[in-house]
Parts: sequence; structure tokens; C-alpha cells
Amino acid sequence: MTRDQVRQAVLDIIIDIAPDEDFSAIKDEENLRDQFDLDSMDFLDIVMELRKRFNLEVPEKDYPELISMASSVEYLFPRLKDWKLAS
Amino acid sequence: MALEDRVVITGIGLTAPNGNSLTEYRQNLLAGKSGVVKFETRFMGEVLAGVCDFDDLKYQKKKALRRGTRAGSIAIYCARGAIEDSGLDFENADKSRIGVYLGTTEHGNVETENEVYNISKYGYDIKYWSHHHNPRTVANNPAGEVTLNMGITGPHYSIGAACAAGNLGIIQGMQMLRLQEVDLALVGGVSESIHTFGIFASFKSEGALAAHDDPAKASRPFDKNRNGIVCSEGGCVYTLERLPDAEKRGAKIYGEIIGHAANSDAFDYILPEPGRQAECMRLALKRAGLTADAIDILNTHATATMLGDIQECKAVREVFGKCRGVRINNTKSFIGHTMGAAGALELTGNLPSFEDSMVHATINLDDIDPDCALDQLVVNTPEKVEQVNIIMNNSFGMFGINSVLIVQRFQK
Repeated sequence: MTRDQVRQAVLDIIIDIAPDEDFSAIKDEENLRDQFDLDSMDFLDIVMELRKRFNLEVPEKDYPELISMASSVEYLFPRLKDWKLAS
Repeated sequence: MALEDRVVITGIGLTAPNGNSLTEYRQNLLAGKSGVVKFETRFMGEVLAGVCDFDDLKYQKKKALRRGTRAGSIAIYCARGAIEDSGLDFENADKSRIGVYLGTTEHGNVETENEVYNISKYGYDIKYWSHHHNPRTVANNPAGEVTLNMGITGPHYSIGAACAAGNLGIIQGMQMLRLQEVDLALVGGVSESIHTFGIFASFKSEGALAAHDDPAKASRPFDKNRNGIVCSEGGCVYTLERLPDAEKRGAKIYGEIIGHAANSDAFDYILPEPGRQAECMRLALKRAGLTADAIDILNTHATATMLGDIQECKAVREVFGKCRGVRINNTKSFIGHTMGAAGALELTGNLPSFEDSMVHATINLDDIDPDCALDQLVVNTPEKVEQVNIIMNNSFGMFGINSVLIVQRFQK
């Protein structure tokens, strides 16, 4: 996966988790919870979806890495760069 | 009875398989319209069920629907509907003095089955088990979702009483009002049971799951060719208030709860016991200060099982045998068995009789079982009567939990 694909994958997950939100103006560098109505259970959903969709385990100590879109991509890209998306 | 102890129904919100408002529901009960349809369920394929089609986004966001349960969503739709119908100034009401008491037959089976199915897709690895399972499955989930949605800070809990739970939710709220624990009670019952295959499979294993080529004909209490229960979802919530509070704000009053009773068969896990059912009806009459001949409508619990219908008819004969004035009907023949919602929904379907003097029928009664041939049954078509003043509503459940409510046309 490319960085853009990782970003899109995270965005797809967040859209599913918070379907009422408009993510079109998302600011990648800002804390997701400051921009959108997301709580701790939503972050557990993100972790669960990463597990389900990419067989990726995010250890609890790494949860802060998912604080913003930019930090999520930074953290996830090295772990997903070899993941082949279904064509 | 002291004025402060008189409890009245001032608002109604509901979703039934044949209607999402009291008006629509009542029209369809009088028109003989069933809400039973073919329904796909996991592992069993096509079954018959009563399915609701209310707008679940009317009062909830998509995220809340995703987080919560179907029972919670039904409860919110009904509770919000009841508050709107009541005309109460909810914004300015003291939310700490509102209680939510909802009956459920069972809760958590749907969510647990979904999780087991979910992890089956991942080799039963429990790390795929959802963190939402706990809040979705606690017994107070439906009532709790109402408090979250509406900002109610008074007490909330579920009343687990098998298929008598809807009546018992109403009784609980009435008692809390009389105890001055709350000033407004949101009461009734809900069911999401059709969303687990287990309830269908279990009734099938008991030989008590209805089957029929025509879904609308499947639920047929008292009919010789009945073959079991049609499982349904649904909900019904009332706003209950003490009479002085209701009168002070000029509330519309649907009726006054003048009698209630609950008892236990202490007889069997699933089989009913007509002696205790009759005792329950008599106790409700005694508390209301009435004799059986004062009842204008008796709404039966009958679920269209072979034995259950006969046993209830025995109990009804024992209590009402010589009374010719009572009309007897059954709502499950239209909507199937809405489980925890049944008591409240079935009573509600009859409340408009105070206004229109019509008694809705028991449909699908084509060939009456001689053991169920009560003279007073309203068969297949509604009946116009001179006036309806008092309604009795039976609701019974497994482990022999019996409940009876008596509601009277409001009189000062």
C-alpha cells in the first residue's frame, strides 16, 4: 500500500465508525477528536477494524499514535506497505 | 383512592408490525390487516415474523444506531413518540424526576448471537469479539438507551418477565408514581427478538412455531388449525402521570389504570396453569373494586399454541363464564407475538375503543377450536358496541408469570 492508500483505508474506517460526520474538510495534522465526535469506544473500533481488514494488531501502548490522520498514516504505513490491496 | 394515587395514561408512542403510530395501528386492527411477513433468519432461512418498519433515524443518528441495539432503537422511537404525543413541555421538565421502566422478554440474545457468528468468521478468535457487546447486552440496555437519547437522569431499568413484561413495565411505573419516586414514568415494553435465530429455533424445537403458506394467516389463536407462535418485534411506551399533574397541565387522558395484578403459577417452566391465571384476573378485579361483568373488553394473551390457548380459555371461562356483556379479542392474530412489547401494545390497540366504541376482532378464526369457543369472542370482524368503559388486558409468560391490567375510560 502507498501512503495515500493507507490514508484512504483509515478514512474509510472512520467514515464507517462515524457515519454522521462530514470528513471532507479533515485536517490531517489535527487531533481527530477535536474535529469530530469520536470517543474512546470509537478508537477501539478503529483498532478492531485494522485487525479485521489488515490483520494488523495495534498494541495498547501505541493507541496514541492514532491521534490524528497524519500520525495514523505515519504509524501504519511501515506496517501496511507490503499489504496488497485486492484489485 | 387518593387523588395522588390515581395514575393516568397521557401519551402513547408505538411501533407494531402493522403500524408506527396509534392511528395507523388502530386503523389496521379495525381493517383486519396483519403485519406478519416472510423473514430471513440466520441458519433457518425463511420464517414468518412480525417486522416493524419505523423510521429509526427519526430520533437517532446513524452512529447511535450502530452503537446501540434494535431494542434500544425501538424504545427510543416509542419513548420520544410518547413524549411528543403527551404534549408535555419536555425541554423544561425536571429530567431527574422521570423514570424509564421497560419490559423485555429477554435481552442480549441477538447481540451475543451476532458476536458468536462474527468470531466464527475469524476461527473463533475472541480478539474479534466486539467491545460493544457489554453495553449492548446488559439487561437495562433498552431503557438505558432512552435515557442517553433523551437526557433523562431519573431511574431506568428493564423488567424481565417473559411475555408478561409489557404489562409489568406499566405496573412498575404506576407504582413508582404512587411512591412519589418520580413525577413522570415512561413505561411499556419492547422486543427485538426476531433478530436472533434462536427464538425461532427454540419455538420450533418445542413444536410451537407457526407455519402457513399465507403469512397473514399464520397467527391464529383459538382456531382449530393453529400451529404455534409468530415471533414479532415491536414496542409501546406510555407517559404515565399522577392525575393531579396531568390535570394541572390539561393533558389528554387516554385512560386510568384502576386495577392490576401479577402472580406466579409455581407449576412449570413453560406450561401455563389456568387456576393461577384466573386468580390473577380476580385479584385485578378486586383491586379495581369491580366484578367481572363490569369489563367491556377482555384482550387475551393467547399466542396460538395448542395448549396455551385452551388453558387461558379455561381461566377466562372461570372468571367470565356468566358474563355476556364482555367482548373478548386477541391482538396477536394481527401482529404475532411481540414478546416484551405484547402487554403494552395489545392494551394500546384497544384504548381507542373508549372513543370509537368499536371492538377490534380476533382474526384468522375460521374454524374455532371447541375448547376455545368462548361465546364472547369477537370473530374476524370488529363489533360496534354502545360504549366501552373498562378494558382488561391479560399478559402471561414462561415460568408462569401472569399479569393483568384494568384500564378505565377517564372519569373525573
